[in-house]
Amino acid sequence: MIAGIDVISILLGGLAAGTVLFIVSVGLSVTMGLMGFVNLAHGAFASFGGYIIVLAMNRAHFDFVVALALGFVGTAALSVVFEQSLYRRLYRATELDQVLLTIGLIFVFMAALTIAFGPQSQPLQLPPELSGQINLGFTQYRTYSVFLIVVGFLIVLGIWLGFEQTHIGAQIRATVDNRRMAESLGINVDRLFTITFAFGSGMAALGGGLGAEFLGLDPQYALKYLVYFLIAVSVGGLGSVVGVYYASLLLGTLDFALKLYLPKGGTIFIYALTILLLLWRPQGLFGRKMT
Amino acid sequence: MSIEAIPVEPPTLKHAGHAAASTLMRRHRLRWWEASPWLAAVAFYFAFPDYLGFGTALLITILFALSLDLALGYAGIITLGHAAFFGAGAYTVGLLAFHGIWTEPITSLVLAALAAAAIGFASGLVLLRTQGLTLLMLTLCTMALLQEAANMAHDYTGGFDGLPSLDIAPVFGVFEFNPLYPDTQYLYTLAVLLVCFVFIRTLVYSPFGQSLTGIRENLLRMHAIGSPVRRRLVICYTISAAIAGIAGGLWAQTNAYVNLSALDLDRAATVLIILILGGYGRLYGAFLGAIAYLALEHFLARIYPSAWQLGLGLLLIFVALYARNGILGLGEDVWRRYRAGRASQ
Repeated sequence: MIAGIDVISILLGGLAAGTVLFIVSVGLSVTMGLMGFVNLAHGAFASFGGYIIVLAMNRAHFDFVVALALGFVGTAALSVVFEQSLYRRLYRATELDQVLLTIGLIFVFMAALTIAFGPQSQPLQLPPELSGQINLGFTQYRTYSVFLIVVGFLIVLGIWLGFEQTHIGAQIRATVDNRRMAESLGINVDRLFTITFAFGSGMAALGGGLGAEFLGLDPQYALKYLVYFLIAVSVGGLGSVVGVYYASLLLGTLDFALKLYLPKGGTIFIYALTILLLLWRPQGLFGRKMT
Repeated sequence: MSIEAIPVEPPTLKHAGHAAASTLMRRHRLRWWEASPWLAAVAFYFAFPDYLGFGTALLITILFALSLDLALGYAGIITLGHAAFFGAGAYTVGLLAFHGIWTEPITSLVLAALAAAAIGFASGLVLLRTQGLTLLMLTLCTMALLQEAANMAHDYTGGFDGLPSLDIAPVFGVFEFNPLYPDTQYLYTLAVLLVCFVFIRTLVYSPFGQSLTGIRENLLRMHAIGSPVRRRLVICYTISAAIAGIAGGLWAQTNAYVNLSALDLDRAATVLIILILGGYGRLYGAFLGAIAYLALEHFLARIYPSAWQLGLGLLLIFVALYARNGILGLGEDVWRRYRAGRASQ
């Protein structure tokens, strides 16, 4: 019976961690799928937004929801500035130039956050209604983890509906599938990209704030978890929201379980699995074949 | 119509006097200024005896950047995981020396090169089927995998703490590695760098090297003319890995320790930055990039670490937007404008 409870608590903890990963990575998947832009600095937007959210709560004592909204809007606005001034100029450049630009951005963010707030980790103080335990009927578990899992599910449902049901969602799907065709049908791909880029960065900000519990929040954040965000996106498949959701949950659960049972070097299995999977399906689990 | 009826002109004779042809034929010749890095390195030895440790680190970084130049600059393989081979070489030397199996430095380097080449060949065989983001991810994951493996094999590799105080035998049985006064380390590293550089220089100007450039510039066309693209890429990746392994082996020997930082993303990203900063696909870009980066880091990073990081980030953004060919590329532009200006006068 104890083993059963163990499995459930690992599963819940892993799903919560995976949900955080999903919220951060989903924007990266869509923007990479749309433009093929290798944006390694996505995590930098997540940490920037996370800082807004955590500091708004800890220092300015804003409400949790208000802080989240602030983080989303602030990061989305900043990302549009960067998109218009820097990213836009390298859409048609080589991957190497894109990698260089975005690594540079990571460094700039890391240095700026260190200079402004110091190298230490910023703790997230949960509102009282989300701290403590909740009775799920079959087990007791941390309220916040359950809250995250539910929120993540609602987000994936919302984005999925948006993709399938709205006009802009249809435009995004068309552009991911065949960009030149979409452009010749009169879809304004550049504007579409700006909108999705802002939305994706805003989501990353939410992930940075909501996930401060799991991933911590310090200036090194963007570089520390870069490999994880990229694994979630490439395993899930570029441009596939549902794919990133599954990949993130899988990755989160595996990581959580391995860190518990094999604290020394257990993550080796994650990398090995990723390599095998990408060799088997270079386009990821749910991605379309790249042309 | 018989075959003999078609007049066949030897094209080489017809174009021999052409300006482009003579430029192409003279491309690989040694130029007078190519001696200057080596003269400077020797001068450094006499001028800055207190900085030989820094000089050794600089020479190793140049070698590592050169190995990346072969893969990234010449063959166009975009990798974020080149530290995998650096680490493989470092750990080969480290494990052999720490467990008292083999401490002779030169043969150790050969073994380091072989170990790194084996990993490069095995991973290259599968990785180089892919392109773009997938390739980037796979190189990154291979490196992370090796690092975790080194961490996991704690009993042999020392895990996070690494292998301290390695005992390396004297070079040729005569010249000892003295940790306090690293003159042997410096000259030994310089000699290895020179040998590797001559090899790389010969390689990139050989027909093999030319076909690598062709693959980078136009993959489809190289396929169309029947070039064995994938085999060439794998061979290039393997050679590049071997040289990175030698750099890693040198690093382990001259520092007398190995730890997990040899396999870090930081190291892979840094060497990429160094190469791009200097100018990739140009041989001497690795030299300029390493000198510029390490000198700046040496003086700035210790005093203002955050400002150094901020400046480095801004520099990278600038290079990505305006100076894609690095310092050497900027220099070439200025030189060309100067020549054009003189010609028009």
